[in-house]
Amino acid sequence: MIYLDLLIGFLEVGLFSFGGAYAAIPLIRDVVLAHRWLDDEMLSYMIAVSESTPGPIMVNLATYVGSNKGGFLGAVIATTAVMLPAFLIILFIMILAKSLLKNPYVQATLRGLKPCVIGVILATGVYMILGNCYVKAESRVDITAILITCGIAVIYFGSRKAVKKGLSPIGLICLAAIVGVAVYGI
Amino acid sequence: MPILMELFLTFAKIGLFTFGGGYAMLSIIENICVEQKNWITHDEMMNITVIAESTPGPIAINCATYVGYKKGKLPGAILATLGVALPSFVIIFAISMFLEGFLEITWIAHAFQGIKIAVGILILDAAIKMIKKMKKKPLQIGILLASFAVIMLINVLKLHVSSILVMLTAALVSVAFFLAEKGRRKEGQA
Repeated sequence: MIYLDLLIGFLEVGLFSFGGAYAAIPLIRDVVLAHRWLDDEMLSYMIAVSESTPGPIMVNLATYVGSNKGGFLGAVIATTAVMLPAFLIILFIMILAKSLLKNPYVQATLRGLKPCVIGVILATGVYMILGNCYVKAESRVDITAILITCGIAVIYFGSRKAVKKGLSPIGLICLAAIVGVAVYGI
Repeated sequence: MPILMELFLTFAKIGLFTFGGGYAMLSIIENICVEQKNWITHDEMMNITVIAESTPGPIAINCATYVGYKKGKLPGAILATLGVALPSFVIIFAISMFLEGFLEITWIAHAFQGIKIAVGILILDAAIKMIKKMKKKPLQIGILLASFAVIMLINVLKLHVSSILVMLTAALVSVAFFLAEKGRRKEGQA
């Protein structure tokens, strides 16, 4: 039965996808291909679509596969299933959090994890910015992308330094979308 | 506005602007939940980030559940989580029903090329903010630099190493230092 398959398959994805969406993509691939929900080409296309639409990539993929295989109900089941493990785990941690955070070993673990997570995020940001500025298929540096990156970085960080309520992150995304349409569309 | 309604609408707005994985969204959540609404402190934001990274599931869902529970217990957690997922659900459902060849629509592709650049900057911004506010002891700085270098290497060389392994190592190193220090203190007392 497709609904049960979707439920179990996406519970599995939600439960084992550690470390953000990009780390989870191989796992999603395995589950989706093993169930023959999409073929390889369609899956790659949908990963690209998920990356260019708002929302967590895992939620996007679950909604798409669910709707494709089981209509509206399938979409609801797959999306709920992919979110449920994270939801329950955080709820569980929140309920235990107060006593948990006082434990000296938990504190020592956190002292190590915090700088590590910052390092991971910093590396992801730097790598993404470098990747944006380099056209891999043609092995050349994308000057337009470098100029846009510098331009909007100056506007974003500059406005936040200059006035207390500078450009918000959401404002930055809107600005970048407009710049993208204007520059690449011409 | 009742808090439950506010949680739902706020996280729906956050969900609508979450592009390219969860990291960029950390800047948006920090901006809205810490700076604008004072729902959580910066320290809590740092804790959520660590918890979200070390537990399975999309970071967006982890954050929404955490903030929702803190401000509105179980109903708050449910509404914030549903809110953050709703925009993507509606958009993807519509695409799967009506839109063949979504990526071939050129203005969307162009807008996304711009958005990708913003996402990189937002991730960098999230990292810079956390660096500014972290405790800068030698061990912490060492772990930060080492993790940064390892993840860059993994990315550049396309190695199949999970970031979870890097985090596990960092946690173990920190606990080992803690135990060593505890041992030294005991010796000092004896």
